[in-house]
Amino acid sequence: MPALNFTVNGKPVSVEVKPNEFLAEVLRYKLGLTGTKIGCNEAECGSCTVIVDGQPVVSCIYPALKAQGAQIETIEGVAAQAYSPNPKSKIQNQLHPLQENFIKHGAVQCGFCTPGMIMQAKALLDRKQGEPVTDEEIKIALKDTYCRCTGYVSIANAIKSANGQEISLADYLPVTKHGYHVVGEAKPRPDAVAKVTGAAKYADDVVFPDMLFGATLRAGVPHALIKKIDTSKAQALPGVHAVLTHADVPGRKNHGLVTIDWPVLCACGDKVRYVGDAIAIVAADTQEIAQDALNLIEVDYKLLPVVDTPEFAHQPDAPRVHEKGNLLKHIKVARGDVEQGFAEADVVLERTYHTASTDHAFLEPECAIGRLTDEGRYEIYVGSQIAYQDRDQVAASLGVPKEQVRIVGTLIGGGFGGKEDIMGQIHVALLAKATGRPVKILYTRHESLIAHPKRHATTITVKLGAKKNGRLTAAKAELYGDTGAYASLGEKVLTRATTHANGPYDVANAKSDCFAMYTNNVPAGAFRGFGVTQSCFAVEMTMDELAGRLGIDPIELRKLNSLQVGSTTNTGQVLLESVGLDECLDHVVAAMKADEAQRIAAQRTAAQRTPVPGIAAQHTAEPFIYGQPWKIGHKNYAWGLAVGYKNTGLGGGANDCAGAEIEVYACGAGTAEIRTSSAEIGQGLPGVLAAVVAEELGLPFEQVTVLLSDTDLTPNGGPTTASRQTYVSGNAARHAAMQMREVMSRVAAERLDVSPDSLKFRNGRVEHADDNNGHSRGKSASFAEVVEWMQAEGRSTKLIYEYTAPETRPLGQGGDMHVAFSYAAHAALVEVDTETGEVKVLKVIAAHDIGRAINPLALEGQIEGGIVMGIGNALTEEFPHEQGVPWAQWLARYKMPSIKHMPEIKSFIVEHEISSGPFGAKGVGEISSIPITPAITNAIANAVGVRVRRLPVDQDTLLRAMKNGAKSVD
Amino acid sequence: MPLWNDYHLPLSVDEAVGLLARYDGKARVVAGGTDLILDLRQGHAPPVEALIDVTRIIGLNEIREAADFIVIGAGVTHSQIVESQLLQQKATALVEASYVVGGPQVRNVATLGGNVAHALPAADGTTALNALDAEVEVASFSGRRWIPFTSLFLGPGKSAIDSTREILTALRFKATGENEASAFSRIMRPQGVALPIMNFAAKVRVLDQQIEKVALAVAPVAPTPFRCQQTEAFLTGKPANFESIDGAVAVLLSECKPRTSPHRATGAYRQEVLPVLLRRTLGKAIERVKTGEVMPEIYKVE
Repeated sequence: MPALNFTVNGKPVSVEVKPNEFLAEVLRYKLGLTGTKIGCNEAECGSCTVIVDGQPVVSCIYPALKAQGAQIETIEGVAAQAYSPNPKSKIQNQLHPLQENFIKHGAVQCGFCTPGMIMQAKALLDRKQGEPVTDEEIKIALKDTYCRCTGYVSIANAIKSANGQEISLADYLPVTKHGYHVVGEAKPRPDAVAKVTGAAKYADDVVFPDMLFGATLRAGVPHALIKKIDTSKAQALPGVHAVLTHADVPGRKNHGLVTIDWPVLCACGDKVRYVGDAIAIVAADTQEIAQDALNLIEVDYKLLPVVDTPEFAHQPDAPRVHEKGNLLKHIKVARGDVEQGFAEADVVLERTYHTASTDHAFLEPECAIGRLTDEGRYEIYVGSQIAYQDRDQVAASLGVPKEQVRIVGTLIGGGFGGKEDIMGQIHVALLAKATGRPVKILYTRHESLIAHPKRHATTITVKLGAKKNGRLTAAKAELYGDTGAYASLGEKVLTRATTHANGPYDVANAKSDCFAMYTNNVPAGAFRGFGVTQSCFAVEMTMDELAGRLGIDPIELRKLNSLQVGSTTNTGQVLLESVGLDECLDHVVAAMKADEAQRIAAQRTAAQRTPVPGIAAQHTAEPFIYGQPWKIGHKNYAWGLAVGYKNTGLGGGANDCAGAEIEVYACGAGTAEIRTSSAEIGQGLPGVLAAVVAEELGLPFEQVTVLLSDTDLTPNGGPTTASRQTYVSGNAARHAAMQMREVMSRVAAERLDVSPDSLKFRNGRVEHADDNNGHSRGKSASFAEVVEWMQAEGRSTKLIYEYTAPETRPLGQGGDMHVAFSYAAHAALVEVDTETGEVKVLKVIAAHDIGRAINPLALEGQIEGGIVMGIGNALTEEFPHEQGVPWAQWLARYKMPSIKHMPEIKSFIVEHEISSGPFGAKGVGEISSIPITPAITNAIANAVGVRVRRLPVDQDTLLRAMKNGAKSVD
Repeated sequence: MPLWNDYHLPLSVDEAVGLLARYDGKARVVAGGTDLILDLRQGHAPPVEALIDVTRIIGLNEIREAADFIVIGAGVTHSQIVESQLLQQKATALVEASYVVGGPQVRNVATLGGNVAHALPAADGTTALNALDAEVEVASFSGRRWIPFTSLFLGPGKSAIDSTREILTALRFKATGENEASAFSRIMRPQGVALPIMNFAAKVRVLDQQIEKVALAVAPVAPTPFRCQQTEAFLTGKPANFESIDGAVAVLLSECKPRTSPHRATGAYRQEVLPVLLRRTLGKAIERVKTGEVMPEIYKVE
């Protein structure tokens, strides 16, 4: 092997490399510098960015030998001095200003893109040499370095601040309530230091001695009968340790989160139902040999006709994807008498919409490692949203008791719902069993794209009826949802789509029917928004059009019908508290008006200087009329608006619970650790849990640590889905901390000889306090002392609390279907180029009712990230199939929003507390990406008079519609 | 199977050509590798015995002026082109085209030579070079020769250069001189395709408010790089203004018949934006001659 001699982070390095190795591989796997991430291996995502001789390059396709003699900088070399991953050390001082500011501004979420992002930003700032950096320059530099979590706003702010152009958090964080010590205060993420220094470990960063590499043979055809699987040549290949097929699955042959219909490995004589179906798995000495082995496996198929759309799947004579038929579920919502409601209406409007399948495009592709411990247990290292269900599913397919399996959660490089289903977890366990060695399966981006469940493509017909005065009399929806080859969470997702398909409105007569259909497309499952993204688009587009028919301002129409405290939803739930929808709408409308007033004033001033005929005259009477466009050159501009709501928690009668374990320590000034299996997928859960516990125990935020996602060490927090973790795990952590406080109070009260009720936990101390004004009366102990007393008395310093959310009712039974809803109003200002049809979102104003802000920094990150993801849903993202074959099989064919799509975002927080939530909090993870899509399409309609009813917006069809005088794109 | 077994970094053209001969058709030339390596990885190109990396060949990563010509070595990256003051002044269209290729990290390694050798008729750099009447230098065991740029393109992805035996060593074209300017524009689709919906490059000489000479390149309208010769002829001698440009639209649409490319654009859409691109690009070039301000539209968000 040739020697590669180069300098890495200032140190000369000589390493033997294969001539066909890439720089990223050498850095990660030969030098152990795993801070450099590989997100796509096709020079698209920028996660692998390193600096070579002063120039940032993508190291994933950079031949290692090309770096011969070069100077390489990686994330590990950015901090000024050696750092310690211990969060308690005074390490902040040693970080690079970019690292410090990424932490401070919340520009770190899942953290997977962070090293590449910082390297790219560093190259920019190095070049600027202290000169001020502009927004434009940041956008240009970061254009092809993708982040899926933040929405880029915090990243741009961090870069400017790192360059000495200080931006204060107070300048842009929305106003939220204060009143507690930690809860409600902006706090950096507990895991941020590890993430900005490259020390953070994701699944592919974990290495075991003697580890083998696994690979999966995919069907490649969407629907076929398997006639033959011959693995003999692959078995014979030197370096191959195992080749497994269906017969080698000792236990349950299928997996699935709700419906157990997805084969672990497809059987000869049985069918494949989508291109990503797994036929065989291999374990070999290297990834290359594993791939070669896959190529030697011979499979004969008899191709079957393809079921390519849910509408076709519903035809009586359609081929059957599953023996039981193509209907996964017919979901029904009904309230009142919808036909009567339409009869009473003065105006009835019916419209059909199409939404696309989309991919989560989390930057970290799926990776799992399986190994057998000395005790014969299975240990699976994986970044998964549902650790306990992973455990149960691995155990079922391996045919062993659940206790024989341990899921060890690694950090997760983005999830968004896409890491809920089983991908490699069972396969690595099977291969570890067969070989007796640790086995890692890392998906390529191509494999990730064709294998894991997507967002449901839907066809939705919405029918609304209203009186002349704007009161809705009836709302009806019919939905077809494409759940693909396997159920995944299709039934649940499409139930949510259906229950939300009449909008956040109180309509006496409502009816929705949804047909969740199997097809031969890539399965569809959970994706941020969980079906509501689709139905909100359909309803809110129709609302604007209905307002036009009625001659009522669309904002007024919404307010006339919006859900309020005391309203009844279409599933029969009476809302008793925490309905901040109108207040959200008020914030957004006021901000839109203010923005418009500013623009018009500026235009008038400009017009006075150089009069432009027509423009100044447009806006003389009324400062703001929703829907009114304006023109500059060949570009049209207009605002659009939409509202939405989204449930917090599983609801629908599910037993929605979460466990949390708390342990207190006497070390240092005293600390606490909170443990739950809930997942951190970039949303900021550790910060929420630490804040809640710190608040209850009166500890500084930094003295609470969080341990997540380990089925041996953390109680079951349930799935990280449905915007539920702040609520359920937050409640579990809070109650655990409260119980611990009680125990500590009793111990301290005895030692201090005061009543337990008189003790206050604050500033890391337990103090005997005056009941009236809370002043200390002198008797106190440090938190650590109290823990020592507990230990001396032989008391347990840890306890587990099992939280169960209030009971909900299944759909169709009336009553409370959900414990809470979050609400939002979004307004978007778009620019449409009337010569080319190109659409840009320039500004977004958003208001969210999330109950109570626990950590405003993380909250704002969820909001900005959700909005930009919604812009992708509206304008850039689509995962089309042709006869069951996905087109976007590489990331180059799947465009998520880049920093150039980042609009100016103005965010408002509405805090209508829900009494059952921790400190009143509800979920925010999903609602932030829901109303943005129809806000954009309504704005387009306002700007150019074309209603785009098919997602994503296609400039090609939009322009032709404009030129042909068409009023819609259907 | 490895995508390649040997990786060579020759320091001279002779050494590189010698290596190609030694591997006897089983080696391929690589520069930045951002196209070829992806093709190898995704199975669009068969594995090879060796890659011959030409980016360390002395002299090949230079941009220089030679007589009337500007010569760009095959190892010159898109970033070098964008940052070259010489090219910003005298080949504005090429700078604008190079700026929109890939992202910054890709432009730091991807070379214009490699892009041309890849022979995609609609590549942005290709369209700019087409309007600049570029030539390419090819080196093989039998020596070096200059050939017209367009003769290199045999069809989409099919190059007259046999990259297992020959090396594209340089590109050259005449610098825009007195009363001349060039410009480039394109329209992208926001959904997943890397290739533009349509791009357009113009080079124009304006004398006494009249279009004395004009070169117009547009893609994709043909399997190889296309020059709008009828439109060029129509515009020659016309006043250098938007009336003339608008008057040329009928000719342009009669000689360019863009087709539908699945997942990229319909022919009908391309027909709609073709006149827009003519107006924007030629208008920009004429404006540059008139004002003498030739600064390219770079360092802005697309």
